[in-house]
Amino acid sequence: MSEPVLATRNLCKTFNALVATDDVSIDLKPGEIHAIIGPNGAGKSTLIGQICGGIKPDAGSVHLGDSDVTNFSTAERAQAGLGRTFQISALAMEDTVLENVLLGVVGRSAKPWRFWSPALKARDLIESSMAALERVGLAEVCDQVTANLSHGQRRQLEVAVALALTPKAFVMDEPMAGLGAEGSHSMTDFLSELRHEAPILLVEHDMDAVFALADRISVLVYGRIIASGSVDEIKASKKVREAYLGEET
Amino acid sequence: MIREGYINAIVLFGFLLIPICALIIEEPYTITLATRAAVLALAAVGLNIALGIGGLVSLGHAVFFGLGGYAMGILAFHAQNYIPVELGPLTINGTKSMPIIWLTAVLVSAFAALIIGLLSLRTTGVYFIMITLAFGQMFFFFSISWSAYGGEDGLSIYVRNVFPGVNTLVPIQFFGLCFTALCVALFVQSRLRASIFGLVLNSARQTPVRAETVGLNPMRLKLLAFVISGAITGLAGALFADLNRFVSPTMFSWQLSGELIVLIIIGGVGRLAGPVIGSALFVTLEHFLGEFTDFWHIWLGLILLLIVLFARGGIIGILTGKDGPHV
Ligand SMILES: Nc1ncnc2c1ncn2[C@@H]1O[C@H](COP(=O)(O)OP(=O)(O)OP(=O)(O)O)[C@@H](O)[C@H]1O
Ligand SMILES: [Mg+2]
Repeated sequence: MSEPVLATRNLCKTFNALVATDDVSIDLKPGEIHAIIGPNGAGKSTLIGQICGGIKPDAGSVHLGDSDVTNFSTAERAQAGLGRTFQISALAMEDTVLENVLLGVVGRSAKPWRFWSPALKARDLIESSMAALERVGLAEVCDQVTANLSHGQRRQLEVAVALALTPKAFVMDEPMAGLGAEGSHSMTDFLSELRHEAPILLVEHDMDAVFALADRISVLVYGRIIASGSVDEIKASKKVREAYLGEET
Repeated sequence: MIREGYINAIVLFGFLLIPICALIIEEPYTITLATRAAVLALAAVGLNIALGIGGLVSLGHAVFFGLGGYAMGILAFHAQNYIPVELGPLTINGTKSMPIIWLTAVLVSAFAALIIGLLSLRTTGVYFIMITLAFGQMFFFFSISWSAYGGEDGLSIYVRNVFPGVNTLVPIQFFGLCFTALCVALFVQSRLRASIFGLVLNSARQTPVRAETVGLNPMRLKLLAFVISGAITGLAGALFADLNRFVSPTMFSWQLSGELIVLIIIGGVGRLAGPVIGSALFVTLEHFLGEFTDFWHIWLGLILLLIVLFARGGIIGILTGKDGPHV
């Protein structure tokens, strides 16, 4: 088996009395999409926060490639190769679409200390940004102010910013949320290809998308991984159906 | 609506026209008022970099204004009394040369901004406002008790300092110096805003988590913005002291920090010409209403209220029809 790109070992996190992450060990191997599913409030976003930084685990560790990044800041983890998208878009709403992606490109170059030459004339940076926008289908609206984008376009822009980082692993929190059937479809196609560039840890509520995309699924309930396996295994698991899928069907 | 670039040009041109007209009709006091407005605008341009681009609501920018003022006051005081400044083992001669005074003002305020920034940028929101305010008060009370340099009474300088090739005693020439400094600062700000640093800083203001998740450290970006900002406000302080030939603890007062914020909000937060319009309006009101009533601040307050309620982009926002540079 190939070495995981990203892994957590025995992560634990409690908020006061609430156990949000309970001994979670997952990994992400090259070329795969590993989906994390679970009911609302199961602790998916909290888990992602611990992987990407911002939420400090009470115990356990996070590994990216060979390095233990548990004590890295969010920025250092991004530098080390984590590309994250947010469940609730965290974009610079006053800026244009292009400027938002440019931020990702600058982040990757780790050289924000350029004070004199205009950012929008830095040809190399603009080209990388446009390439990322092209891929998510936002190239035409590159000059629009982000606040004017539709919800779906903002989701795409989230992904474009992460693409601009050319990370070693993607961590995506509900990229399909609110996309509608058609948007969901094209995003599914897109992510399906993207996994070959860098594996994706995917948190998603859209079951059709998850079943279409995932190489592996882990089910998180009350902060615990109750099952982990292939799509068919998860579909067949009685435990999962009782705890989670059963509620819906 | 009018493009912002044109408005900026018109504002600056108009600003230049007033003292020129005053010169023609021989109204030297108006030139002094215009100089005062230019210097306050310069101080506010400094703050606008921290506040408008970086989102740092500093209620302590009077620290840098005051430091610039005292840099001028102390150096000129020693020069006019022919006593060197004793800094421990180091002795420095005082000077009446503006370039040296300005450089000192800029370096001292930049250093102060670095230290204050390092200590206060760990906090955000109201806490940041409070910490910067506290630093302002610290400097204020220190200057009051610093009897070597006049304490509460401040320091008077007999003759305005000198600048090579300029007769600074002639009001219009001194105005020219201050106006040039203002234009240079505005140029620096516009380059900075359009640069990669400016872009990233501006995004970090809107969404700090995003800056972090792309691998940037918002704290460092903000710290640098704060230092640049403090340095420009410090330069304004040196000019302000030279304009009045007087420095006193009021330059460190929190009211001054507050006024700088008010100027910016009235003109337009983050907008290039915002502080210039705000300051021109401020000095005009202060002068004309101040003649009739001691309570002219009420009118300023009313304008501020109207702007905050109905025109979030300030006067520049009204003129361009846009609340922000893009939106
Ligand atoms: N900062 C916090 N302080 C206290 N409780 C929190 C905090 N963040 C999250 N929680 C709680 O932890 C639990 C897990 O939240 P989390 O956002 O991780 O769930 P989720 O699986 O992402 O849910 P959703 O599907 O709705 O996005 C929830 O009960 C939530 O209320
Ligand atoms: Mg969530």
